[in-house]
Amino acid sequence: MAKRIEVKGLDIYYDKFLAVQGVTMTIEPRSVTALIGPSGCGKSTFLRTLNRMHELVPKARVEGKVLMDEQDLYGAGVDPVGVRRHIGMVFQRPNPFPTMSIYDNVAAGLKLNNKRIKKADLDALVERSLRSANLWEEVKDRLPKPGSGLSGGQQQRLCIARAIAVAPDVLLMDEPCSALDPISTQAIEDLITELKEQYTIVIVTHNMQQAQRVSDVTGFFNLKAIGEPGGLVEIDTTTKIFTNPANQSTEDYVSGRFG
Amino acid sequence: MPPTKESKRDRPPAAEGGRPRGTPQRLGDRVFSGASTGAGVLILVILAGVAAFLIAEAWPALWADSEDVTGGDGIVLYIWPVLFGTLISAAFALVIATPLAVAIALFISHYAPRRVASLLGYVIDLLAAVPSIIFGLWGVAELAPMTVGPTEWLADNLGFIPLFDGPASATGRTMLVAVIVLAVMILPIATAVIREAFLQTPRLHEEASLALGATRWEMIRMAVLPFGRSAIIGGSMLGLGRALGETMAVAIVLSANRDIVSFDLISSANSSTIAANIALSFPESSGLDVNTLIASGLVLFAVTLLVNMGARAVINRRREFSGAN
Repeated sequence: MAKRIEVKGLDIYYDKFLAVQGVTMTIEPRSVTALIGPSGCGKSTFLRTLNRMHELVPKARVEGKVLMDEQDLYGAGVDPVGVRRHIGMVFQRPNPFPTMSIYDNVAAGLKLNNKRIKKADLDALVERSLRSANLWEEVKDRLPKPGSGLSGGQQQRLCIARAIAVAPDVLLMDEPCSALDPISTQAIEDLITELKEQYTIVIVTHNMQQAQRVSDVTGFFNLKAIGEPGGLVEIDTTTKIFTNPANQSTEDYVSGRFG
Repeated sequence: MPPTKESKRDRPPAAEGGRPRGTPQRLGDRVFSGASTGAGVLILVILAGVAAFLIAEAWPALWADSEDVTGGDGIVLYIWPVLFGTLISAAFALVIATPLAVAIALFISHYAPRRVASLLGYVIDLLAAVPSIIFGLWGVAELAPMTVGPTEWLADNLGFIPLFDGPASATGRTMLVAVIVLAVMILPIATAVIREAFLQTPRLHEEASLALGATRWEMIRMAVLPFGRSAIIGGSMLGLGRALGETMAVAIVLSANRDIVSFDLISSANSSTIAANIALSFPESSGLDVNTLIASGLVLFAVTLLVNMGARAVINRRREFSGAN
């Protein structure tokens, strides 16, 4: 579990359009890396290249390297399906499977990986995942009920439980709290802090206070200019980025002068 | 969630109830509300009118002496074979058409390149516009002769299955051909309904399964098929309704023997269907014979209603999981 990701000179294209250019960064295991920046600067796009989800857009491609513990995720013969089994993802809006019960939602990924899993093992894994997601106490009496009956915050924690049930090496979060109220947001943030003991976490957020609260390292993305591709401006410890960034545009952004 | 009555939850709150007393109602609102209420009532009146007509006209046949009814064995024995033929042809047509419709809809919505998908969707919609008589002609002139060889083989080799008992028809005008023609006819409507639902599968749910490491097929099983489940049922039922009531295509294909009850699909001795039997017999009927035919129509009407109610019950049972909330 918890692997290091190294990104080297990553260019992200949609067909001929260069969306993000020249990203190089190292994401440390057992830590939270936050990606901040104005809308449209490519942070979500970049996040989705880490588990090859961005390939779902026709003609999207990348140049450069993404290494997870020395293994190139974009190497020849690497199956994106396999990559996604090791790199979990939590989305902006909670998306439990509406036709599945709470239990089945958590078990969904487990059943994909291991078709013959025993019921008792499955029960144990579902409980452990829900406990890790701080949701067990709230749902243990209604596991057969549909996941869509939970509140937004509970649904998002259900999605986190679903993602960590398959024991991924890395957990990607794309603005996981942007559709949630402050109380639910706090529950998710507490959870992120607990989860980083075991996982490598990358979180995209529009909320700079959130980046400060949960992350160890922060990367600032920005467009070079209007019409130019986005890119990583700088990445450093969160304290450094928010108090004494190296780059003027980072300073302007974190102090609220634009964005 | 507190236990509320199913019917209450389904409907949006009526505008009337939410309007505080004394609020002036605008003319446009009144006209529109009157018009839509009128249209809603009208459909009920029409349905009730059809039912009343059928019952009234069928009444004499229902109470007539057995000898007086066409065929001389009573109303039940008259209707049963054609009802059997109706049900068996529609059911087998559904068995053939539903998996095909789901597969075509999946291909269009999730596998085909966009251009091919829209072209294919267009062609499928065109198929729906082909009049049923054309399908009937195709069935009797093209399809029937082609089935003679294969059905003989089926009778020789798989004759132990009641469906292929034989002897195989020499003309090919068999229940099997009628079933295939019906399946082709209901394919477009079923495909169109199912495809629309598949296309509306939320991107969020597809991505959720893909991000878990699902292959495309696993994603379809986890996100697309469950989401489209009620559309699959609904589309098939629309098709079933069409198959049950189809008249001309079946009338042309089958060489009807209306008193046979048999599961044998490939023999030349086969039952007719209610609709085809009415179409073929009506011109030469008078008096009680007409009432008898209308009684069979009443049965068809009831069957169609039951099929629809059954389909709705299936769809409703898992409403909680439908994703609508």
